[in-house]
Amino acid sequence: MKLFFSFIRKEFWHVLRDTRSLVILLGMPVMMMLLFGFALSNEVKNSNIGILDLSHDESTQLLTNRFDQSRYFSVTKNLTHESQIEEAFRKNELRMVVIFPPKFRESLLHTNQAQIRLVGDATDPNTSNIMINYASAILRDYQNEIFGEQKFPYQINVESSMLYNPKLSSSFNFVPGVMTLILMLLGAMMTSVSIVKEKEKGTMEILLVSPMRPLMVVITKAIPYLLLCFIDVLLILVLAYTVLDMPLRGNILLLLAESILFIFTTLSLGLLISNLVDKQQTAMFISLVGLMMPALIFSGFMFPLENMPLPMQIISNLIPTKWYYSIVSSIMVKGLGIKFIWKQTLILVAMTVFYLAVAMKKFKIRLE
Amino acid sequence: MLNEEIVIKTNKLTKTFGDFTAVNAISFEVKSGEIFGFLGANGAGKTTAMRILCGLLSPTSGEAMVAGYDVYKENELIKKHIGYMSQKFSLYENLTVRENIEFFGGIYGLSRKELKEKGNDLIGRLGMEKEANKLVGSLPLGWKQKISFSTAILHQPKIVFLDEPTGGVDPITRRQFWDMIYEATDAGITIFVTTHYMDEAEYCNRVSIMVDGSISALDTPHQLKEQFETDSMEGVFLKLARQAKRGE
Repeated sequence: MKLFFSFIRKEFWHVLRDTRSLVILLGMPVMMMLLFGFALSNEVKNSNIGILDLSHDESTQLLTNRFDQSRYFSVTKNLTHESQIEEAFRKNELRMVVIFPPKFRESLLHTNQAQIRLVGDATDPNTSNIMINYASAILRDYQNEIFGEQKFPYQINVESSMLYNPKLSSSFNFVPGVMTLILMLLGAMMTSVSIVKEKEKGTMEILLVSPMRPLMVVITKAIPYLLLCFIDVLLILVLAYTVLDMPLRGNILLLLAESILFIFTTLSLGLLISNLVDKQQTAMFISLVGLMMPALIFSGFMFPLENMPLPMQIISNLIPTKWYYSIVSSIMVKGLGIKFIWKQTLILVAMTVFYLAVAMKKFKIRLE
Repeated sequence: MLNEEIVIKTNKLTKTFGDFTAVNAISFEVKSGEIFGFLGANGAGKTTAMRILCGLLSPTSGEAMVAGYDVYKENELIKKHIGYMSQKFSLYENLTVRENIEFFGGIYGLSRKELKEKGNDLIGRLGMEKEANKLVGSLPLGWKQKISFSTAILHQPKIVFLDEPTGGVDPITRRQFWDMIYEATDAGITIFVTTHYMDEAEYCNRVSIMVDGSISALDTPHQLKEQFETDSMEGVFLKLARQAKRGE
């Protein structure tokens, strides 16, 4: 046992003295969270819009102010002619233009009807759609104010509610995503690189001729990374809660337990890689290209899996990140308990056992 | 310090990989306190033989005892009683000298107190008091090799295996390194060393030369030179190595 600890202490020295890996281990999660939280968001916030007001009356003034005050838009340009719209889009000055026709208030009050046109720059279709929806909501609110809720005897009122994420905040999507990616990358890459490094430097040979059991050598190398990955999970959760207002609706202990399980999965993948290759660069390359890319594509975090062709959906089942991502978002966003995620959990357990078994088999063969 | 206790004994030791016979029925004995030179061209099977004796590889057939233990069944016990230093440099660069000593001593089961005493003693003997807390990566190669050897014998093994220990080191440091080897034999440690430097072969008590997986010659350097009628070990080696059919 004393031996065990002196090994782990040695491993920590390695990690703590290697500034580069320390920066990767602790800096990367923070950087990714901040990037996704503030820079790479697909939410609409203070988007530049233009107003083409052809009637200049009380109502259009009021609506213009409402648009400007909402957190989604800021009115940056007043247009005078329709021909200016395209020009503004081409210069990327505006994302959307609201057109009030002449005599807007008059026709609204006298005929109870008025038209407004919303013109969006649909170069980015998703954003454009979201903006049109927000703008319609502002207009609907105004309409309800002046006409009251029940004006017509027959009316279909559409009331949509976005369950679990009423504000459509993108952090609900990317926090589980970042957690999955970070653990996958760091767990597999750092472990495999650190073991392969010992092979490359020749210290592995010394360890293998020593009375230390080979299995113990490998396990003690993985433990510091287990701990560091766990710290990363905590770091991400704290950042999500404090900086990004992401709630944690489910049981935090369950989430942490599932995270530890997934860290085991990635570490065993790391062990597997380290037994297959002899060069640090190869290990890094395999981790980055062979694991990171599938993890990104097949987790359901960036691209919805339901929209993929069937063969790709089938492949996605083989990628552990898909299951962990589903577990994390079920717990964090929907507040589900183990009853709803036991299937995903079992799949991860099975994958881990499989990777470990193959890694151990390869390890023995190499020694013989 | 030579006595008649035999610490390594092999009998027709053989290792095959598929249909390639890396080590072909080698038989030899090494006596306690001896410096045994294990020579051979690249690819002659030295490393494989050494790995078997260290308990890293299982032989295909034949017998071998190391430090009184059988290489088939008791390889874990062998590991406890030997030291090993490889041709690749074998300390952790981002650990200090003291941490390396304590770590490698520790994996051979030395207690904390022993580690402290032996570590201080060793650092004193090497004259590295100032460098003890420096990272090994910042030291010159010759120093690293001395520390490496010292840590390999810290737990006082019966035998220490040195796999080309002086590769890439200048002649002065090599000379100093051999002084350390002699000191170790004075303490009763048997040295099993491979080398490509023929002047180093002259320092050995006995030398074996492997050609194509077999031992073609085994004697004291003096006897070998007489037998092959040359005045240097280099001559002996060249005459033997010329018979080799196997390439690298």
